[in-house]
Amino acid sequence: MTAVLILIAVATLCTAAVAMALRNLIHSALLLIASWTGIAAFYLWAGAEFVAFAQVLIYVGAISMVVLFAVLLTRQSRADVAIAPGSLGRVVLALIAGGAVLGVLVGAVLSTKFANSSATTPTVTVKQIGQSLGGAHAAALLVIGVLLTVALLGAVVLATTDRAEKEDA
Amino acid sequence: MSAAWTNIATSAHSLLERLPLLARDFTTDWLPESARWLANSLITIATVVVAFASLFALLTIVERKVLARVQNRPGPNRVGIPFTKIKLFGLGQPLADGIKMLTKEDIVPRAADQVLHFLAPVALLAFSILTFAVIPFGRQLVPLELDAGVLYFFAAGAATELAVFMAGWASHNKYSLLAAMRALAQLISYELPLLLSIVPVVMLAGSLSTVGIVEKQAGWTWGFVPHWHVFTPWGAAGFAIFFVAALAESNRSPFDRPEAESELIAGHLTEYSGFKYALFFMAEYFGMCALCGMGVTLFLGGWQAPLPFLEIIPSYFWFAAKLLTLLFVFMWIRATLPRLRIDQLTRLAWKFLVPLALINLGVAVFWALTADWTGAIRAIRWIVAGALIVGPFVLIGRKLSSGIAPRTYRYAT
Repeated sequence: MTAVLILIAVATLCTAAVAMALRNLIHSALLLIASWTGIAAFYLWAGAEFVAFAQVLIYVGAISMVVLFAVLLTRQSRADVAIAPGSLGRVVLALIAGGAVLGVLVGAVLSTKFANSSATTPTVTVKQIGQSLGGAHAAALLVIGVLLTVALLGAVVLATTDRAEKEDA
Repeated sequence: MSAAWTNIATSAHSLLERLPLLARDFTTDWLPESARWLANSLITIATVVVAFASLFALLTIVERKVLARVQNRPGPNRVGIPFTKIKLFGLGQPLADGIKMLTKEDIVPRAADQVLHFLAPVALLAFSILTFAVIPFGRQLVPLELDAGVLYFFAAGAATELAVFMAGWASHNKYSLLAAMRALAQLISYELPLLLSIVPVVMLAGSLSTVGIVEKQAGWTWGFVPHWHVFTPWGAAGFAIFFVAALAESNRSPFDRPEAESELIAGHLTEYSGFKYALFFMAEYFGMCALCGMGVTLFLGGWQAPLPFLEIIPSYFWFAAKLLTLLFVFMWIRATLPRLRIDQLTRLAWKFLVPLALINLGVAVFWALTADWTGAIRAIRWIVAGALIVGPFVLIGRKLSSGIAPRTYRYAT
């Protein structure tokens, strides 16, 4: 079982790493999606069926489309998909920003005290997940829903002010 | 005497019912316990793939025949048994087509993205086959019983959009890329009503398991009206929304925008030839079969017989009959309706199907809350639920079509 986990981890990390190294944006996007699939495989390995399928449905099914759309709509031509850093200053800034995020994440992981895992894997049915989402965590769910709706409206506002004169169907 | 006959009939029925499982156990009985599970799974996978591959072969000829009959022509009727004069109504056509596809030259454009160009048809077919895993084909015939089966089905189905995009982008062809963009827009638009239309089913059945949902639809009211979801106000509306969205999700006419022959020269399929083209074709039919199978499972009672006395016929037969009926309706629609324009297509999804699906959710809630209404008050339950869905349907439909139809032509009559 551990061998499977290592395999999944290597596949996930490798696809993510290669996605960053590649110059072709579409290839990067597809590899990023492969990496998300790897995370779903990890959830499946850990016995969290529901989360795994939700991960595939949302990330591989929906978010991937948004990423690909963004790439296709922002490039001028097909040859334009290869990217290069604009200037040295941008590279440095990007590295600083990325490093800061990495630092925060690593710090959070290191400072968290993990409870010793119990010997038996907890079995949670979909029904239980639903009941806890609709009961104890209903408020959090609603807040996230409102937040995403506001983000969506914000995106619509941004998109429409940008090209107000071009009325599209 | 009659009791003995009933006994024989019952045991014969249960034998027929369990025949696929018995045959499987018979084949793997000699294996050790540890290997049996693997062998059983492999047999199940092989059966599903072979069954649907032959159904695909059959469907290609049936579709051509149906389209031909609608257009008042005979359709393919030449290919029969080779070297004889027997023509068999052209039933040899799929075999001939298969050989043709296998022996055709496989052309890859020099500028194409070689890896993605190869990967696209393979990925598409793989994801299409994955969706068959959770469909209950009969009483005990479900390849994989999952707690979250419905979610699994749509997760596997969602990945097919990616393969279509890969095919369009990797071909290095303007038409293909346009088709890929259209495919993305269409599939995103229709994913939403498709998922929203099944939420009431999951809510009222209280289960995400396909097997559980079919079992919830057992039984009859007054002995002849089946408890299928389609025979409730929310179920009928949900099924209609699901059906339209399924047509769009499987790129079928009238929603075959991504591969519109007349303007996109077959879209993402432009640069594919030979066996890769056949794989795309196969995946499209597999996707169609899987979505129809899901529709049968969620709304049409799955493998349940329509009338009590018909239960004598094995459950997998009923599933097949319902599946083939839905597939026939798909072909019928293809022969009847013209293709939609891209703006009409997205408008239908966002302004009509999505609001209706959301309203339908409310109707389902009303239905669930009034489950204990009995006697005459049940008629009120039906009327209120029906009005709640038919009213918005008429209103939104009127609002959407006002100002568009009837069309006036400036330079033509």
